[in-house]
Amino acid sequence: MSTPAPLIEMRGISKSFGAVKANEAVDLSVAPGEILGLLGENGAGKTTLMNVLFGAYAPDAGEILVQGRPVTINSSADALAAGIGMVHQHFHLAPRLSVLENLLIGIPGKSGRIDRAGGLARLDEIGRQHGLALDPDLPVSALSVGEQQRLEIVKALFRGARLLILDEPTAVLAPTEVDGLFSALRSMATQGLGIIFISHKLNEVRALTHRCVVLRHGRVTGRVDAPASTTSSEMARLMCGHEIVPPARGPSTPGAAVLILDGISTSRHSGMPLRAVSLAVRAGEILGIAGVSGNGQRALAEVISGIHAPDAGRMTIAGKIVSRFSPREVQALGLGRIPEDRMTTGLVTNLPLADSMVLPRIGTGAFSRNGLLRPDAIRAFAAEQIKAYDIRCPGPMTRAGALSGGNLQKALLARELAFDPKVLIVSQPTRGLDIGAARFIHEKFLAMRAKGCGIIVIGEDLEELLMLCDRIAVMYEGRIAGTLDSAEATIARLGLMMTGAEGRA
Amino acid sequence: MSVVFEQIFQVGFLAAIIRIATPLAFATLGEMFSERAGVLNLGIEGIMLLSAMTGFTATSLSGSLWLGVLAAVLTGALMGGVHALFTVALGLSQHVCGIGVTLFSSGLAYFLYRLIFGQQSVPPSIKGFETLPIPVLSDIPVLGPAVFNQFSLVYMAILAVPLAAFVLYRTPWGLSVRMVGENPRAADSAGVSVIATRFQAVILGGALMGLAGAFLSMVQFNAFTFGLVSGRGWVAIALVVFGRWDPWRSAGAALLFAFVDALQLRMQASGLGHIPYEAFLMLPFIFTIVAMAVMSRNAVAPSALLKPFRREER
Repeated sequence: MSTPAPLIEMRGISKSFGAVKANEAVDLSVAPGEILGLLGENGAGKTTLMNVLFGAYAPDAGEILVQGRPVTINSSADALAAGIGMVHQHFHLAPRLSVLENLLIGIPGKSGRIDRAGGLARLDEIGRQHGLALDPDLPVSALSVGEQQRLEIVKALFRGARLLILDEPTAVLAPTEVDGLFSALRSMATQGLGIIFISHKLNEVRALTHRCVVLRHGRVTGRVDAPASTTSSEMARLMCGHEIVPPARGPSTPGAAVLILDGISTSRHSGMPLRAVSLAVRAGEILGIAGVSGNGQRALAEVISGIHAPDAGRMTIAGKIVSRFSPREVQALGLGRIPEDRMTTGLVTNLPLADSMVLPRIGTGAFSRNGLLRPDAIRAFAAEQIKAYDIRCPGPMTRAGALSGGNLQKALLARELAFDPKVLIVSQPTRGLDIGAARFIHEKFLAMRAKGCGIIVIGEDLEELLMLCDRIAVMYEGRIAGTLDSAEATIARLGLMMTGAEGRA
Repeated sequence: MSVVFEQIFQVGFLAAIIRIATPLAFATLGEMFSERAGVLNLGIEGIMLLSAMTGFTATSLSGSLWLGVLAAVLTGALMGGVHALFTVALGLSQHVCGIGVTLFSSGLAYFLYRLIFGQQSVPPSIKGFETLPIPVLSDIPVLGPAVFNQFSLVYMAILAVPLAAFVLYRTPWGLSVRMVGENPRAADSAGVSVIATRFQAVILGGALMGLAGAFLSMVQFNAFTFGLVSGRGWVAIALVVFGRWDPWRSAGAALLFAFVDALQLRMQASGLGHIPYEAFLMLPFIFTIVAMAVMSRNAVAPSALLKPFRREER
């Protein structure tokens, strides 16, 4: 017997956007029962390649074969018909419709009506086959992020997908949920499905995949046949083209507390409110806040940033009690802030970069005089920071929204660090950034730490927190479930605390 | 005072509510379909006027009432298509295009009406629809004469409500409409054409608005006047919000508005003459504003309302 034809084969795929070659002569194949890792930095062309496979873009050259037969995929409908399903990074679900309705969208009905009974039967069957159970009549908005992802997977299987593409599926999951996802994916693979797994997290790729393809600048730069026995640094080298050494965190010599929260509680907050949160950050210390998203991190960040006043409790910045809780007040006391969502609360995407870079200090003497802006000073400041932080852009008057994520994050960092904050609060500092840009951000944090700044990093990436932080506090249901020194913290232990299983450490 | 109430709450009062509610129900259902798919149609006021005109004209020229209804429905569908062309295919601002459609349709209605009928001393009229009593049912006391001794367009409106609910909630197309109004990207990745579904919903909505116009010129007034619609389209937009984008609730909202309107008409005619009639005229609109203010606090609009869909956008 000959080896079975690959489930999917992409041959010589090229795709350009203007002068940018997003994909160049990429070959890729997935056999039935195989889990293929697709690795690459941001902008390496992973998403473009998958969008070609899923019918969002037509390739300039190359062909796609499904079980040995050439196919043309011009739309997601074509891709679904060819047995290709995709779980996007941002879920494609309608939150107010039910689980079943989200499943049945685009499925022809029975004699003009929605085939509810048939849908329920299929949902039940898929749920039992792969351990992906879901309540059909709940609205999607009532599901956890992990369950929504499960629904996306079920949706693809429901449509008869034999190849499943997952774009950064673990970015939104807690460690325990990752285990559940992996066992479901392994179950699908043993039943002959093919899986393409896109991730930045090399240890996950090594744990899950059978084989890896590495993309850089749109080309295949490496193939890894035995991911489990290949080191992460070897894979990182394939992705970046050079060695990446994680920055070394020296011993810390923390000083006095620069930020103290004492019994802070909130209500009327969209999302999880805070319940008697007390914590302290000392000068020259990085405190990590771990937790599954939605456990009060946003409320915490907003209280510290002065966006929301708490109902109870006291906050002190550099020895002074915060009284009014306005962003301007906390900033004047020495707080710098890098928000979670760069595009919506970080800067103004339709204005020039220079304007966004001075926005929090627009009324200060540095940038305005007698109630009028000083455009020259603003532009000079931005130009200086662009140079200092190596922000890749045509100039200070570039529209901020046109910058890549890594450059935006650098701009936000430059904006805060230029004024030597005593305390810095950052949320998800490297989400969506590639290894190189993340490395740059980490180095800056460590440099600030050495200068005696107290830093709070709210994050979901435990490896990042372990590498960066001196202490890690875990939030669970609006409380601090416990705080660990980095020396005694492990992923397993933090993961347990994140699910509320372990109380005070 | 009891005399006043006796005058108000007659059998005819119930019938009047139903009659006033009919064009509102058509228009509200039409706007609801459009908005459920994510397209606000501010062209409704003009579409109703133009449809009323074409329906009236077709009947006046051909002598056939149903040909007039057909003309009105086609006019509404066509103008819905125009609105969809701008807002769905080209992705332009729904507010601007909607106002544009209203201005254009109203202007066209005046223009064509003058062109066809000229300026006559006695405005032309048609012999409109007559009531069509339904055997047996119309003999039920109170309810019979009010609900089952009505015009065929009223029966159509009554049937349109459950039909709209069925289509929206029980058919694959209705699910597609709801999905493109909530998360068009989800619909797109499931292989549903967002553009086609939105076109269909806006055109269906336009056709229903056309029926509303037809009712005004061919049942209620049997003539075409420039003030024929007089804000009923705008009211329908408010009623969609009041009805939380649901066919049953929207129809209920239309009935409630019609109740207040019928009430104020009776109050005008009754012994409360010392109050200026304008005060009564205001009542249904005050009611709408208050109802909107109270209800819209909890109402959640379709998430993708007002948002054009372009696939390449990330």
